[in-house]
Amino acid sequence: MKHTIQQVFRSGKFVLGFSIFSAILLIVIFYPMFVKDSPLAILGQGTFFPPGIYVNVYDSMSSTAYTLNLPDAAAKRVANKLSEEDRLSIKEWLVAAGIPESEIDTTDTAKLLGQWSANFDPKKSIPGMTNARRNYFIRLNTSLKGLLSTEGATISQTNPETNELEQVDTVNQKDYVNVGEVANTRILLLGTDNFGRDILTELVAATRVSLQIGFVAGLIATLIGLTLGLLAGYIGGLIDDIIMFVTNLFTVIPTFVLLILISFSIGQEQRGAFTIAVVIGLTSWVWTARAVRSQVISLRNRDHVNLSKLSGHSIVHIILNDILPYIASYVIMALILQISSGILAEAGLSILGLGPRTTEVPTLGLMMNWAMIYQAHILGNWWAYLPVLVTIALITFSMNLMNTGLDQVFNPALRD
Amino acid sequence: MTSEKKIYLSAKGITKTFGFGRQKTVAVDNVDLDLYEGEVVSIVGESGSGKTTLSKVLLGLINQTSGDVYFQGVKRDISTQAKKQEYWKNIQAIFQDPFSSYNIFNKIDSVLLDCINMRGGRYLPREKKIEMMTEACSFVNLKFEELTNKYPFELSGGQMQRLMIARIFLLKPKILLADEPTSMIDACSRATILDELMHLRKETGMTVIFITHDIGLAYYVSDSVYIMEKGRFVESGSADGVILTPHHPYTRRLINDVPKIYEEWDLSTV
Ligand SMILES: Nc1ncnc2c1ncn2[C@@H]1O[C@H](COP(=O)(O)OP(=O)(O)O)[C@@H](O)[C@H]1O
Ligand SMILES: [Mg+2]
Repeated sequence: MKHTIQQVFRSGKFVLGFSIFSAILLIVIFYPMFVKDSPLAILGQGTFFPPGIYVNVYDSMSSTAYTLNLPDAAAKRVANKLSEEDRLSIKEWLVAAGIPESEIDTTDTAKLLGQWSANFDPKKSIPGMTNARRNYFIRLNTSLKGLLSTEGATISQTNPETNELEQVDTVNQKDYVNVGEVANTRILLLGTDNFGRDILTELVAATRVSLQIGFVAGLIATLIGLTLGLLAGYIGGLIDDIIMFVTNLFTVIPTFVLLILISFSIGQEQRGAFTIAVVIGLTSWVWTARAVRSQVISLRNRDHVNLSKLSGHSIVHIILNDILPYIASYVIMALILQISSGILAEAGLSILGLGPRTTEVPTLGLMMNWAMIYQAHILGNWWAYLPVLVTIALITFSMNLMNTGLDQVFNPALRD
Repeated sequence: MTSEKKIYLSAKGITKTFGFGRQKTVAVDNVDLDLYEGEVVSIVGESGSGKTTLSKVLLGLINQTSGDVYFQGVKRDISTQAKKQEYWKNIQAIFQDPFSSYNIFNKIDSVLLDCINMRGGRYLPREKKIEMMTEACSFVNLKFEELTNKYPFELSGGQMQRLMIARIFLLKPKILLADEPTSMIDACSRATILDELMHLRKETGMTVIFITHDIGLAYYVSDSVYIMEKGRFVESGSADGVILTPHHPYTRRLINDVPKIYEEWDLSTV
């Protein structure tokens, strides 16, 4: 036994798969100890905030201001403010004003602004320009002038007694706050989702629930498959015929279709994560049962089984002691495979909207479902679905790696 | 053999087929066999002639396709697990391949303890059990102290087969079915193992069915022989009668395949 474990850890593939899987498990276990937010708590008003560090503006204003003279600060500020649309509009004006297109570079902010201030004339009109368009250009000009000004911004507050606006403070362009001194900042490493929930916290919780679903489904499937396979293979006869009839029925109907039908008939309100796990387990034991049965059939006529019979052992004793240990490694491999396919099955169901009900816990499949319904993939909000996909891929990849590693270790022993 | 002796085990019209249709093999074909008390009977035939299949039928490990087995004069009934276990107190076996005869997950002690339990010794004190196991091991020149807590695969093929004899020593069955017990063993240990087996038979007086492909060996150990070809018995009778004056061409061929049978066995029997 100890020897086998040593062997297993000598297989590179197993070690790699095991490391990835352990890392995922450790994150799932330890992350909630540090971040105590509820995974479904709604933080953001609005949808799909991009990943980044969020700094409270109000708190920044009251923090100590440090003056830093950074030479390229102004250029960066303007570059950041000028949207792609504004740049194209400027280009449109400049072309109409007779500047050759080859001399206009929309990515060079400083040159573009220079050309703009040299050529813009609010009274001049481009042929075919609507009134609204003219007003837009005037507004653009004003805001660009504001950007270029070196004046500070005034902070005013309504005095509750006099009901008048009073100047409180001025913020200069060279003022900086130390993020560490700002009372409220929040790192949203993966941004927020369509409901304004922190995706990272949600993802960790979803991974935990999905793993639990996979384990429960895998255990149920393996247990049923193992029991039926052992009975059919060892006892044979009528019992074998009945079990194989049921198994063949399940084989003919595609499992996933069955899963969809059952999930659908249970109804949204009754579908908890655990129910879904049980349903997945109940529909995916067929493969294990078949494999175990054929292994048992090849074992049951071996002489060590005959010797056990001759030694007066009961059928239960023989199955548990003379058959089971010989297929144990095989069953463990089947279990790993069942767990990872259980996770995938949940994801598949949830994407179709037939997963666990959405109000209690997130799952990897539900997160995919939400991202899809709110069109994250069309809006380009990659943070809402890509991390989920990567997590699903990493889990199944690591489990399949472990399986291949185990296969390498166990198979020579199985063949002898 | 003499007719006053009791018939212990007899088989009437045993047939065993495997598979259906085109793949149908008749492994044992309408075989009759009588086994008298205390006798050593050899079944001789080349590989694939159905010897192992017949022995499994006699042991009750597989069901015959047709025919009946009579044990101590009555038709054998092994329809339930309990009846099988009762039957196996009387008839035991040593299999051809020692390497596949043991459960590799069980220690040697448990193999021997199973035998003591089967003989009703489950509640004996531990020391008594160890004493019995030590005695059984020393009967086949093995040291129990060296074997305890070891796994069968840590032994050599010869040692494993001797442990099988130690098993029979503890079980003391009325009938032993030895299916080519030395064919997978290195030549050096063969003679010793045969001697130990014959020694055990002499001590216990048990009846032995000895299966072999080696007609010289059959002549050396048995009182009567059955010659088996393609699932049928083609010739049978006393060992002297069949081997010294063979009638069937197949028997003659088997004898010719074993050169100088007397010299060979004179060398190793001392
Ligand atoms: N479980 C089985 N299934 C199908 N054919 C078998 C089986 N066991 C034995 N046979 C066939 O029966 C014949 C006799 O085999 P066996 O009894 O092992 O012969 P022997 O022991 O004399 O070498 C062989 O042709 C073998 O292929
Ligand atoms: Mg054989």
